[in-house]
Parts: sequence; C-alpha cells; structure tokens
Amino acid sequence: MSLDVTSIRKQFPILNREVRPGVKVVYLDSTATSQKPEPVIEAMNDYYRRFNANIHRGVHTLAEEATAAYEQAREKIAKFINAPAAREIIYTRNTTESINLVAYTWARANLKPGDLVILTEMEHHSNLVPWHILAAERGIRLEFIPVTDDGLLDLDAYRLLLSQDPKLVSFTHMSNVLGTITPAQEIIKLAHEAGAITIVDGAQSVPHLKVDVQKLDVDFLAFSAHKMCGPTGIGALYGKANLLEAMPPFMGGGDMIKEVKLRSFRPNSIPAKFEAGTPAIAESVGFGAAVDFLNSIGMENVAAHEHEIIEYALERLEEIPGVKVFGPSADKKGGVASFTFDGVHPHDVAQILDRDGIAVRAGHHCAQPLHEKFGIPATTRASFYLYSTKDEVDALVNGIYNVKKVFG
Amino acid sequence: MDDLYREIIIEHYKNPSYRGHLDPHDISFADNNPLCGDHIQIDLRVDKDGKVTDARFDGHGCAISQASADLLIESIIGKSVEDVKKLGKQDILDLLGIDLGPVRLKCALLSLKVLKAGVYGLGEASDELVE
Ligand SMILES: Cc1ncc(COP(=O)(O)O)c(C=O)c1O
Repeated sequence: MSLDVTSIRKQFPILNREVRPGVKVVYLDSTATSQKPEPVIEAMNDYYRRFNANIHRGVHTLAEEATAAYEQAREKIAKFINAPAAREIIYTRNTTESINLVAYTWARANLKPGDLVILTEMEHHSNLVPWHILAAERGIRLEFIPVTDDGLLDLDAYRLLLSQDPKLVSFTHMSNVLGTITPAQEIIKLAHEAGAITIVDGAQSVPHLKVDVQKLDVDFLAFSAHKMCGPTGIGALYGKANLLEAMPPFMGGGDMIKEVKLRSFRPNSIPAKFEAGTPAIAESVGFGAAVDFLNSIGMENVAAHEHEIIEYALERLEEIPGVKVFGPSADKKGGVASFTFDGVHPHDVAQILDRDGIAVRAGHHCAQPLHEKFGIPATTRASFYLYSTKDEVDALVNGIYNVKKVFG
Repeated sequence: MDDLYREIIIEHYKNPSYRGHLDPHDISFADNNPLCGDHIQIDLRVDKDGKVTDARFDGHGCAISQASADLLIESIIGKSVEDVKKLGKQDILDLLGIDLGPVRLKCALLSLKVLKAGVYGLGEASDELVE
C-alpha cells in the first residue's frame, strides 16, 4: 500500500510554512528531528489545558488523570516496540540519556578493568563518548566493528572480536549518516552466543522501521520521541526486566524511592527506580500520541514510502556531476543521503539551499570518527520521512545546480 | 537574495593569495571550529620591531571561513603585533562586507581566533578573543 502523502502532509502544520515570502519550506532534516503532526501538538495542548498536574502521590482528579495519561503512554510505547511489559520502558530525555543510563548503572555495576566493549565505527557520539568516559574511569577496553567502503558493518571482523570475550556489544540499528540498516538480529544473536549483553541505538530505526524487541532479543533499546513525530525532551530506554531489576538506580531523588531514612534509602521497583524527579509529563502524552499517529499509518507503510523516496533521491543525486553520496545502495539503507559536492564545502551547500527554503544539515552529524574514516571533514545530509515527496527531491536537485551557479 | 556569497568571498575562497606555510616562521598556531571541523593554521614572521613582515594560512572549511582567513592575512601584513591584538569581530565583518548570523559568524571568526591565540601565545583559540 502506498501512503496518501498529501493527506499526511496536511496534518503537519509546519510543512505549509513559508520561510520567506513565497518560499515554502522543503524539510529534508528529519534525521535530526522530525516535524510534529497536529494530533501530537493537540495532545500536549490538551494536557496543559485540561489535566495538568504532577503525577503519582496526588489523589485529586487532575493528578489521577495526569498519572493515567503518563502511564498509558508508556503502555503504547511498549506495544509499539513489542516489549513484553510496560514496566520495561523507562522514560528518559532522549537516546543519549538512555545510553548513558546503561553506561552509568549496568556498566558500572558489571564491567571491570580490561573488560571488552564492542562498538562500531559508525556510531553517533552518544554511543561513543559514554564509553570513552567509562574507559578513562574504569579501564574498560573498546573495540570497533569496522565499516566497509560501501558503508556496511564488517561482520567477519566482528566474529573475530567476539572471540575476545566481550561483555557488551552496543551498536546503531541505522546510521544517521550513511543510512545503513545494520543486521541487528544477527549481531545480537552472535553477541549472546559470546556471552555479551547488547544495546541497540534505535534513534533512527524506531522512527522509520518496525522494531520488535522480542524478535531482536535485544537487552536494551534506546530511542528519542522527537525523531518519531513526538516532542523533544523525552525518550525511552527499553530494558529486559531482569536486567533493569538488578541494576543500581541512576539519579537519586523523588519518585525513584520506596522508602527514605535520614541515612539511607530503598529504591522503588522498575520503571520508577530510574525516573527520579518530576518527569516530562506533557511530553509523555505527546510521545503516546506520536505512537498512535505512526500506528494509524503503519510502520511497514512508512518504511516502504521512505524506500521509494531514497531510491529516487539516490538516482537523481548521482546524476549530478561532482556529487558523491556515501553509504550503501537503497535496498540496504533508510531515508538518509549524505553527500559531498566537489569544490564546495557542505556549509556553503546548505546555506545556498536555504535560499530556496530547503532545510538540510551540514557537518559531521555527531559522527566525527565515521567522517574521518571516509577522509572527509563534513557532508551535506538530506533525510526523508513519511511526509517527504519526490517533488522535494527534485527541489533539492535543482538547488544543488544553483549551488553550482554561485560557485561557478 | 542574501549577499553572503558576494564575488569577493567566492574569489578569495577559490583563489586565495595567502594560502600556504612559512618556514621558518616566528609564530605558528592552528585550531578547529568544533562545530563543523573547519581547520585553520596561521604562520607569521615578525621583525625585531614587532611588525608582521609576512603571513600565510592553510586549512579547510567553508567559503566564509577560508575567505575571511585570506582577507585577514592580507590585512595584517605590515601591521604591528600590538595592532593585531586589537582586532575584533567588527574588523572581520568589515573585511567581508556582510552581516552574519550566529552560526556563520563562528566560521568567519575562526581565523582571527587562531591568529590572536598565536600572537598571545595561548594554547587554545577561545571565543573570548574575538568578542
Ligand atoms: C543514530 C543516532 N543515535 C543517537 C542520537 C542522539 O539522539 P538524541 O540527540 O535525541 O539523544 C541520534 C540523533 O541525532 C542518532 O541519529
């Protein structure tokens, strides 16, 4: 089934915006953050207008309603990734905090000096720096699954690393630069056979693909609401209940305790154990609405639509002389096209595209080591989502020809 | 339409007059713009009266960062180091002849930061140098 993109676009008020008189926005930066549909904006509005209250503890009607909404959203999110139980969903601020939560709790409780953690060369800084910090503090050892020239993970090299007794394998499900969709199920299976725990960075996969944590058998999955039609300020960590229960708490404070004495405390059960302080309540409501919205369209349909767009985009971009797109072919990637354009720095490409209202990102996209690997300081990145159209791809291509005119 | 890509900027970007290195030199310093990885190195020769007798830059980055480096180097040859220390944000904007938003301002000011960190003998090109 193909998507009714026209009616989808009507639900995203910002897509109608003119960035300058007569210049409509062409939003090709959904990998950084997606736009938000009316039902998500409305759900948060509704919360503030009708049932804003702090959750838990309170017994008044507003507090009850707010608590119910907060927990209902958790259930929706759990179902969305097929988690066995809602208590296995911990609210965080974003993917970054989700990964850090595991690094600060599970990893500090379980990793000793010399223990091996396997990452990949295509990680976002959020799945590198927490481990750098731990390596400096604990003396854990980091090894990286190499990326091949065509932007895939080298699984033979991974198998060799697995023979060195890794304790943890943490990797991205979809590269935010190359778009590569990694063979997560296989990587996890091999990791488990080697006795390692797994973390999947789902920041890009959960918004764009059907992700099923039971099918993957992943131990931890990190993702952000803002990349999947939801608000900023909220994300989630899925963890298997037995692991979460055994982990020490993350931050200390209200809500995460069962009992507090002057000199001691007993932590709450999961998920509250990891949710200290007043959380992002309106955002949880928005997160739930985003999940409803995506479900109403169907993740298979979202993925199929993006596949059609990226296939077209690669074809059109590659016909422009001087453009080089990084990453694998369309069948192995999501809707991300990072490219260089001979003789013009990505910042200049992005700046000139902005004249035509085209929003793309330029830089290293928080994946500096990956850019170093390919020997380039930066790329220009166009990324697509369920509301993207082939007309927008055409606008991008025309925009790149305009860049050529400016730089002669 | 904006005039960010005025001819003078494109010209200095594509055909810089002062790209290169000086060997020997009296002062050399390099740093990056952490936001986008733009890189600038500047070499200076300074005579005994404290005057800049020659200068070059090298590096990579966007048209704004590279053109402003070329224009900056051009402007300081023959100046005293004491005058170089007094240069600020507005001097770069005057050289470029444009106004810049906060993101691109960082690109434009990288070369001045590197230059000033070099003449002050600092370990790092920090933002305070160009405020
Ligand atoms: C693959 C990947 N991982 C992690 C992140 C970090 O997400 P957040 O900034 O929401 O924590 C991103 C966002 O750019 C991403 O693309």
